[in-house]
Amino acid sequence: MSMTTVGLAHYLVVSVVLLCLGLYCVLTRRNAIGVLMGIELILNSAGINFVAVSRYGSAGFDGQVFAVFIIMLAAAESAIGLAVVLGIYRRMRAIDTSRLTTLQG
Amino acid sequence: MQAIRWIVLLPLIGAAINLTLGSRIQRSAGRAAVAVFGSGMALASFAIAVTGFMRLRTLEPESRLLVDTVLPWLHVGTLDISIAFQLDPLSAVMALVVSGVGSLIHIYSYGYMDEDPALWRFFGLLNLFLFAMLTLVLGDNILVMFVGWEGVGLCSWALIGFWYKDHANTAAANKAFLFNRIGDFAFLCGMMLLFWTLSGLGHATLVFRELGAVAPLLEGQLLWGVPVVTLVTLALFIGATGKSAQIPLYVWLPDAMAGPTPVSALIHAATMVTAGVYMVSRLHCLFSMAPVTLDVIAVTGAATALMAATIALTQNDIKKVLAYSTVSQLGYMFVALGCGAYAAGVFHLVTHAFFKACLFLGAGSVIHACHHEQDMRRMGGLRTKMPLTFWTFLISTMAIAGLPPLAGFFSKDEILWKAFQREPLLWGVGLVTAGLTAFYMFRQVFLVFFGESRAGASVEAHADHSAAGAHDDHHGHHAHEVHESAAAITLPLVLLAIGALTAGWLGIPSALGGSNLFTEWLAPVFAAGGEHHAEAHEGLELEYALMAVSVLVALGGITLAYLVYLRKSLSADTFSRIARGVPYRLSFNKYYVDEIYYGTVLAGTLALSRALGWFDKVVIDGVVNGAAASVRAVAFLGGGIDKFVVDGLVNFTAHVFDSAGGALRLVQTGNINAYVYVLLIGVTAVLMAGAW
Repeated sequence: MSMTTVGLAHYLVVSVVLLCLGLYCVLTRRNAIGVLMGIELILNSAGINFVAVSRYGSAGFDGQVFAVFIIMLAAAESAIGLAVVLGIYRRMRAIDTSRLTTLQG
Repeated sequence: MQAIRWIVLLPLIGAAINLTLGSRIQRSAGRAAVAVFGSGMALASFAIAVTGFMRLRTLEPESRLLVDTVLPWLHVGTLDISIAFQLDPLSAVMALVVSGVGSLIHIYSYGYMDEDPALWRFFGLLNLFLFAMLTLVLGDNILVMFVGWEGVGLCSWALIGFWYKDHANTAAANKAFLFNRIGDFAFLCGMMLLFWTLSGLGHATLVFRELGAVAPLLEGQLLWGVPVVTLVTLALFIGATGKSAQIPLYVWLPDAMAGPTPVSALIHAATMVTAGVYMVSRLHCLFSMAPVTLDVIAVTGAATALMAATIALTQNDIKKVLAYSTVSQLGYMFVALGCGAYAAGVFHLVTHAFFKACLFLGAGSVIHACHHEQDMRRMGGLRTKMPLTFWTFLISTMAIAGLPPLAGFFSKDEILWKAFQREPLLWGVGLVTAGLTAFYMFRQVFLVFFGESRAGASVEAHADHSAAGAHDDHHGHHAHEVHESAAAITLPLVLLAIGALTAGWLGIPSALGGSNLFTEWLAPVFAAGGEHHAEAHEGLELEYALMAVSVLVALGGITLAYLVYLRKSLSADTFSRIARGVPYRLSFNKYYVDEIYYGTVLAGTLALSRALGWFDKVVIDGVVNGAAASVRAVAFLGGGIDKFVVDGLVNFTAHVFDSAGGALRLVQTGNINAYVYVLLIGVTAVLMAGAW
């Protein structure tokens, strides 16, 4: 595989980069919305992964179907996640995760 | 014949009404109402008995049997018992004596108990006694007889203790009851053994008229190597010794004199104590099969007759003398039974009922007139003051002494004659007893009715203070003039004296030109039992000789009594000093039999109960307490295990989870970022583990 043509490895690298960024975002953000955005990045990295493996592999369209599912899932997730955050905000007047420690044991 | 049941039931009705409503009747209608009602029931019963007797006489001798089945009673397995009464020559004689003498004593009681507030109770109990006695006599099977047998014992107890406020009376009543119970237990054993054996032979019956046919089957039946019939009859005879006051169970009868005198006359002289004689006669078919038992009966009877007569010689209580005399005369009857002369025994029973009831009632009349004085040493000279009582008493005394032609002569002589045929030694004992009887009875007559009045005389205090002697609280009344008793008392005396005079003529032996109607009347009953009929006609001279001897002995006894107590040409002290006074003291203290019983049976029982008490306290309680202690120890251990092991485990588990939770709760920071870190580390670790 030559460096000039865009192959599977490129996609995977992008996907890993994206995953790392997402994880970083999730781990470091104190803003709940930021956390949600990090999660979006992780989901999308997974989506790229699926499509890329599907395109270069021999599994037909399964990967694409999964990617569509993930997009749909991400939409639903962000909708519910934002609603939860909104609910938390209404109750706690805060969306800083370091302050949302009522579940502490 | 339906009427027979009313002989029994009328007194029961009388008892039921007098014992329940009597106190009210006495209060509203007077004492006479109670007495008339009670006596009326007895008299009505007597009248029906007479009718039944007449009816029997119209029948052929062999078919003289009337049965009245009232109710089926027990029908269990092979046991089939009805409440049924039978009138045959024997039970008719008994029923006539019981209800006849009973009626007279009812009438007498009205005169005698004239000061007692509980007259209704007295008459109720007398009626109840009549009911029980008539049940005993008329019952057609052993079980009904046993009901009566127990009933008379109960009534005897209640009537001896009639004046229950005096402890001595209730003690005497209890003593009588307990001694009777010993006999009753043996009776019950005999009855059950008989029934058991007959059941085994396939002829389960307790009905008298069937026993005669079944009895031969018992021949050859053994139990523990002894003929069953011997065991049965011995057990029944022990029952008879209890009820009829024979050795060894006689000691209750003298104490029973604590009861009112009419009770002594009715129960303890004329009727109840003869129950044993009647029972043996009734079951003669069994007794005749057991020669051993007959020997035992004859010997016991003779021994009792002699022993009681010797005790009677020295007693000072007017009723005690008569009581021992009764025991002695009952001994005579048993001698007759033991010789197989059942008719002779029953004959003496009948004549004895007359003269002994008369004697007791006469004694009661004297006691009543002397304000409940019973000590003969404080009497005397009553002959002119109480002529009727004196003459009736004298007639009865002559009758019991066996002077011809009075009742006792014929019946006693018949017994002596039969005893002589059986065993001359028995006759000898009987003859000596007859002499003693004549002596102590005339001693009594002379002490009570002749000489000067010794009322209020002080007599030396005696150690002997059993039961009836304790009426000393009445002394103050002695200043009153003693006079003849009321008609209610003298009328029965006269009638009974007539009986004592004439009853013997029913049984004039053929040797004296009579036909012995009495034995002939009873012959159908005893025919099956092998009664020895007067086959010994060859000994006619011998029979005359024996009669003459017994009359002479009686006259000798009377003469001696006359010399000692009336002429006083012989001092009683010379007799009491014979052999350093040992015989006198033995007789006066009744051979110490009571003391011996107290010392052996009673003390033994007490010692046994103490030993059992100790055993109970030490061993049983020890076992129980030991068990409790061991259970407690086990429980303590179990408690310890529970507390330390089980609870420890539970608590330890709880503690583990508690501390684990305490440690793990630190993990639950509530910080989402931290969770995600952990998540990431975890996923990474899993992936790396997978890759590796």
